Amino acid sequence: MDRTFLKTALVLMTLSVLCSAVGAVEGERLKLATTTSLQDTGLLDVIKDKFDEKYNVSLDVVSGGTGIAIQYGERGDVDVLVVHDKERELKFIKDGQGLERRCIAYNYFYLVGPKDDPAGVKGMNASQALAGIMEKGKSNPAKVMFISRGDNSGTHAREKLLWKKAGYNYSAVNSSGPWYIEAGQGMGATLNIANEKQAYTISDMSTFMAYQGNLTLVPIIEGGSELLNVYVAMAVNPKKHPNVNCELANEFINYLVSDEGQDLIASYGTEKFGKPLFSPARGNCDLIGCSVAECAVPSSASCAAA
Amino acid sequence: MEEIYSGLLRALELIAAVDPQVVEITLRSIFISLSSAFLAGIICIPLGGIIEFRQFWGKRALINLIQTFYSLPTVTVGLLVFLLISRSGPLGGLNLLFSPSGMIFGQAILVSPIMIGLTITALAGVSPQIRDTAKSLGATEMQIIITVIKEARVAVMAAVLLGFGRALSEVGVAMMIGGNIRGYTRVLTTSIALETSMGNLELSMALGIILISISLAINLLLNRFQGR
Amino acid sequence: MALLEVRSLSKSIGPAKILEGIDLTVERGEILGLIGPTGSGKTTLLRLINLLDEPSTGCILFDGRMVFGKPEKELLCARRKMAMVFQKPVMFKASVETNVSYGLRMRGRVDATGGEMSMSDMVEEALAAVGLSGYESRDANTLSGGETQRIALARALILQPELLLLDEPTANLDPGSAASIDNLLQRLAGSRTAVILATHNMQQCRKLAGRVAVLQAGRLMAVGKSEEITLPW
Repeated sequence: MDRTFLKTALVLMTLSVLCSAVGAVEGERLKLATTTSLQDTGLLDVIKDKFDEKYNVSLDVVSGGTGIAIQYGERGDVDVLVVHDKERELKFIKDGQGLERRCIAYNYFYLVGPKDDPAGVKGMNASQALAGIMEKGKSNPAKVMFISRGDNSGTHAREKLLWKKAGYNYSAVNSSGPWYIEAGQGMGATLNIANEKQAYTISDMSTFMAYQGNLTLVPIIEGGSELLNVYVAMAVNPKKHPNVNCELANEFINYLVSDEGQDLIASYGTEKFGKPLFSPARGNCDLIGCSVAECAVPSSASCAAA
Repeated sequence: MEEIYSGLLRALELIAAVDPQVVEITLRSIFISLSSAFLAGIICIPLGGIIEFRQFWGKRALINLIQTFYSLPTVTVGLLVFLLISRSGPLGGLNLLFSPSGMIFGQAILVSPIMIGLTITALAGVSPQIRDTAKSLGATEMQIIITVIKEARVAVMAAVLLGFGRALSEVGVAMMIGGNIRGYTRVLTTSIALETSMGNLELSMALGIILISISLAINLLLNRFQGR
Repeated sequence: MALLEVRSLSKSIGPAKILEGIDLTVERGEILGLIGPTGSGKTTLLRLINLLDEPSTGCILFDGRMVFGKPEKELLCARRKMAMVFQKPVMFKASVETNVSYGLRMRGRVDATGGEMSMSDMVEEALAAVGLSGYESRDANTLSGGETQRIALARALILQPELLLLDEPTANLDPGSAASIDNLLQRLAGSRTAVILATHNMQQCRKLAGRVAVLQAGRLMAVGKSEEITLPW
């Protein structure tokens, strides 16, 4: 008995030492909180590899909805954010939590749904289409359903904005019947649910394209200013959170808006999907509603004040 | 059925190919969970000993509480530990959030109740004559506790292994504290969650098979100890 | 001064009176027989003397010092001058050597310090004394009843206690084993170790003990020279 015991302990200890070699990663770390769309599409993996190599650091990517990403920023748990919800971004800056907004990329949200478009909303603009889905969904919830992210993400924020534009109070919408389903999950999982239920949902274009292979859903409405989706990077303000790695955060943002970073974004996905998943912000500032300062290269943000 | 079958085949291929990323994630999983079980063990085994040996007011209630915490939801522990070690939390200065150390800390808390509880059960199973014998031969209170723990080493080891298994298979703490950072805090369970949400079901299945195999190995080890 | 003095010692568990008003002294080096039928309170008395349990009333003086009501540190100090062999001894899950050296190790004894005997030599000697030489590496939990009893005795003897408490050391043994233990105890007589030998066997008492105390239903009926005592039953 003693022997077996000792042997096992020995094996476990050796294994643990072996594993600690794997666990040990050296060098400076930059913590980035971002939305699932940038992570799940694989874009950030590509950016991470290049950035890590160039600056000899380690970019730690934590992904969630824009809601939780901004929370991480407000708590000082990360150094930099890449998110997509203008309203909350502006509030983040106004509260002194972030240094400045930097537009890095954009694409469009899609309203996706079953190929036969049971609510008959094709050709409308996005807010009209939602109103149409609601009307049909209430009268025939077995045929017409809408899946909401329901997770405070940037996509969810956009959906709420669209309901407002259509003239509805969101709290009235999400309790108006079985046609409206809150997934409470990331974009990919939400698309999978919508596909299973043959329901409508709103997805950013990049995630939809990355998942398209597994889906029978098709884009019903694409494009239009209501569905514009702008990704923004913000360094966490060192005045609020002295521990953050502000210099490296600025380096990262400058890398994203540099020609090299913008080229990476512009070409990502061409190989796999036939067309890029994101468009670079470079040269499109007016179109995507960003100010000149928000597109300046390199960033003028200074960490010195801390 | 077809999908599961072909997925399984593809999963086995992935394992057989010894994909370096899969290996890395597996080793990290084992390392983090083993460390948390070890950390919890060096705290919980003596603590279990003290609770079992000392008489104090509310002892029964405390043991009941500990047993209730066996099935502590992992996300609750994740949230609690997140609030503790987040920069704005009381332990923010330790810079543990989104790091393997933070995961080890969180998982150690998660498995503590099960380890303390099973240690108490294990020690209670040692005949009181062992305590008397040790005491009569001149052992101090601490020496008696150590002697009894040694007597119950098989059951105590089982408690540690069970803790290891729970840490290995949980996803709440790993996701909320580790953040699923590729190459740093990504472990088997968080990879499965991610790959599934990304629709990479074959890779998910491969990782799932590895996870189940490790659990099976732990169980075999447990049986081996208890069988004697 | 007597090695051990027990004064009006009583022990109750709930309403049951296990021992009542026990007065007893034990001199250094003597063997005292404690005789009484099963259930008369012999084991309880030995446990109280070994400071394993607390008495309800009364006191115990060891080496002239009161021991009850003292901090655990002093209890431990007194306890370490004694050793008890239980009626049905249990072995730690380890080798015979680990079992026999247990008390020494608990006392912080490491190994051979200048001039002293090494621990393994002491174990060897203790095993030789109980006639089980060469048993060191055996698993202590695979021994026969008689062997276990003798290892338990070696485990106590190695500590060279001033007071050895034996609870029916031969009750569960075959005649051969019993005789060898009796021989061993005979050799102990006259050493510095005092022995309290609890037994229900008067012959054993007459053979080994100088004095005998008779216990019945928790009361001490008589104390006297072993050849002068007659049993009340």
